[in-house]
Amino acid sequence: MRGWRLGLTLLLVAAGCAQTPRVVPPAHDEMVVLLPGADGKTGALVVTHAGHQATLDNAYATARVKDPGALERGQADPTAVREAFAPALSAQPPRPVTFTLYFLGDSDNFTPESKVELQKIFPEIAAHPAPEIVVIGHTDRVGTVPYNDGLSLRRADRVRSDLVQLGIPSDRITVAGRGEREPIVATEDEVPEPRNRRVEITVR
Amino acid sequence: MHSKIIVLVALVGIVALTLTAPAGAAAAADVGQIKVAKGTVSIERAKQRMPVTVGTVVQEGDVVITGPDGSAGITFKDDSLLSIGPDSVLAIDRFAFDSTTYAGAFETSLRQGTMAAVSGKIAKGSPDAMRVRTQATILGVRGTEFLVRSGPVAP
Repeated sequence: MRGWRLGLTLLLVAAGCAQTPRVVPPAHDEMVVLLPGADGKTGALVVTHAGHQATLDNAYATARVKDPGALERGQADPTAVREAFAPALSAQPPRPVTFTLYFLGDSDNFTPESKVELQKIFPEIAAHPAPEIVVIGHTDRVGTVPYNDGLSLRRADRVRSDLVQLGIPSDRITVAGRGEREPIVATEDEVPEPRNRRVEITVR
Repeated sequence: MHSKIIVLVALVGIVALTLTAPAGAAAAADVGQIKVAKGTVSIERAKQRMPVTVGTVVQEGDVVITGPDGSAGITFKDDSLLSIGPDSVLAIDRFAFDSTTYAGAFETSLRQGTMAAVSGKIAKGSPDAMRVRTQATILGVRGTEFLVRSGPVAP
């Protein structure tokens, strides 16, 4: 009597087991989160899935595809989302930093203030792993366009040689001169403008 | 005055130490550099897997892959920053950038895993110029910072 019951139980258990390991493809889940920008401004993302479109334009807005065919919108909790993405966020490279140094008129000599400013660039370079340095020279509109192309390049070269002298390998530094094409302050031709006599140095 | 000079000399020393990585043998298609590499990180280029260290250049067509303990951060020539967490696969499908006009195109695919992104000059230049694909979606990037996850359902 007992044996019969045990046998039946085992049979039922075996039948149950046979049904459970169904092969199910792992469900796929995708999520996009818009973050506030470091400068305080939040950008925007346009997310497209299967003919649906969602524009995310406020901080921590999310779009998620869990069931194919549906694009779900939502709002993420800032702390939870930063925790969930912690490894990717902590692998973010340091942000590129740009310095502007100013020059005396028609020369590749720094203004006294910029001589001091130049010293601040070195700690920044040291803080960047495998640093790349981009040096771009500019002029005001005194002088001809070709002359100012040359002057802007001389200014950039001056910065490069100062950096190289301080031990930074020259193959880490890229130099360009843009002449009078990209003024900070727009002026008529032949107007001296100290704010346009500059070199922009980006440490990446 | 003396202490200032000592600080400066020390900093220059640090800079010189961090600059020992070679500057990527003049390959035409260098589009960025690995700035952060933790745990297992590799690049698949022309069907070859190569290990990655800080300073390794990234080229168009590369696929960056992290292991279960890995994460990696890349800085691109337009100042875009992309970083991926563990078990991630990121393909650099296209990168074109004119450093004078800031015009360009930047397309990547996160095939799986997690990514944090900060868009750079390409996205600033034109709203449709930067795109990120996942298996199910296409993201048009109008700026600037965002997160993407693509993978099995999270608990």
